[in-house]
Amino acid sequence: MEVPILKQGPYLIATIQSALTDKDIVQLRDALVEQVGKFRARGVIIDLTALDVMDSFATGMLQDMAHMVRLRGAETVIVGIQPDVAFAMVHMGLTLEGVTTALDLEEGLAHFECAGVPGRGG
Amino acid sequence: MNPDVAEGTLVRIESDLDIVSARMQGRAIAVQLGFGATAATLIATAISELARNVLLYAGRGEIVLTSVEHGTRRGLAVLAQDRGPGIPDIPRAMQDGYSTSGRLGLGLPGVRRLMDDFEIESSAGAGVRIVAKKWMPYPMT
Amino acid sequence: MALAEITHDGKQTFEPTTAMLRELVAHLAQNRTQLREEWVRRITEAQLLQAMTKDEIFAEATSVYDSYVEALETRTLETLTTYAQNLSERIIPRGVETHEVVGIVLLLRDVLARSLFAKYHTDSALLNHVLDAYEPAANAIAITVSVGFVRERERVIREQQEAIRELSTPVLQVRERLLILPIIGVIDPHRARQLTEQLLRAIRANRAKVVVIDITGVAAMDANVANHLVLTVESARLLGARVIVTGLSPEIAQTLVNIGVDLGKMNTVGDLQGGIEEAERLLGYKVMPVAEAQMA
Repeated sequence: MEVPILKQGPYLIATIQSALTDKDIVQLRDALVEQVGKFRARGVIIDLTALDVMDSFATGMLQDMAHMVRLRGAETVIVGIQPDVAFAMVHMGLTLEGVTTALDLEEGLAHFECAGVPGRGG
Repeated sequence: MNPDVAEGTLVRIESDLDIVSARMQGRAIAVQLGFGATAATLIATAISELARNVLLYAGRGEIVLTSVEHGTRRGLAVLAQDRGPGIPDIPRAMQDGYSTSGRLGLGLPGVRRLMDDFEIESSAGAGVRIVAKKWMPYPMT
Repeated sequence: MALAEITHDGKQTFEPTTAMLRELVAHLAQNRTQLREEWVRRITEAQLLQAMTKDEIFAEATSVYDSYVEALETRTLETLTTYAQNLSERIIPRGVETHEVVGIVLLLRDVLARSLFAKYHTDSALLNHVLDAYEPAANAIAITVSVGFVRERERVIREQQEAIRELSTPVLQVRERLLILPIIGVIDPHRARQLTEQLLRAIRANRAKVVVIDITGVAAMDANVANHLVLTVESARLLGARVIVTGLSPEIAQTLVNIGVDLGKMNTVGDLQGGIEEAERLLGYKVMPVAEAQMA
């Protein structure tokens, strides 16, 4: 199932609504990395609230995505990771190093607003 | 108990959709057996890793989910098997960071940490057979 | 479970056993008042069930007696099993011990056996038949009640263990978005797992941004538990919360260094006070004396 990407001001929001296949994740990565440039987005929020499993493939893809988005000039915040999912991830050594995380969508937006996303080139 | 669980539930792994299906069934069976939400998530994650390994290295194979008992303890066994090229160097495959598929090599060591018991059999050319078990913290009543 | 399955008798003695059981049931029903009173007298004499009043004992004895007779009559243990569980639920909180429950069941067995002796002692062949029917049934009943009690007790103990574990580690909200988890005592792997689950759920429920885990009250931890602590800190970060660990003893510091903990991932502060100050700084609070605040 394709993940819808919502544009809200200078941010792109991708809300995952059901279990993702590997192809869905690759597709999401490519779409987001492309749209960051197209919409000149400053931030990307990926909402994982509905996901009940994050394995090494999905985590690796999200991490790659965050790094690619960074190279395209925007910051990624991953929000909504469920407690049990987080616990399983760290068991496997998957800690999303270098990627910002926040509790939920609201917190993710607050991160951009308050912490002040470094402007272009900043 | 559901007789299907006692006999084992077989999930064929032939595409990435099957990975999702295997872990969903695994979670459902774990919950049915009485595992808590956290343990069920650990099990589902392990199944996802094992199923992807099958798909990635052998192209196809199967996952079998079976309820197991040992003394007064009940658990869930996840069997992953394929007839692919096999793993020539198991100790190396069990090291963090090792992968021949070019991705993060956390799959198998990760599964070992998610589950309680982990056994792997393989020789070059003969496929891989992995059995990973998770036990419930309390004895049966 | 049918009583006939428990008797050792084969098919041949099955019919006579049924007839004997019917005879038994009739005897027990006829002498209900007298046997019940005798049983209660013996219970009091043996100083069992002292946590209960005389009236309570009599009421319970009546119910047990009737369930007992019913079990013999219907040849099933279901009603008795349910009653035994109910009874256990009621008397366990009052401190009734396993030996008392086993004791009263054996007393009833004894009271009934004596009354059978008294009735049939003139005909030893018949007495033998009656006892053949009575013994296995009585044993099955005694086991059902005792095992039911022990099971219920085990369940209660397990529940209490869970409750104690939860009580022993409160997750406290000291400010909006700031949680404190003071850990005291020994952390075994089971408790460690529970702590993590509790903390991660509390982070989501309270929308916490910063958590201070204070381990001043933990003298030492083995490498497994130390690893688990690191996993907890990392899990909390995935949820979007920062963790500050305070009060590390020299031993724990050594364990963490031995397992090769990545200090970049672990924010530690010497004591709880310092940890809370650091947390407030992270949250953007500035705490100052009132006078100073008015000046500012």
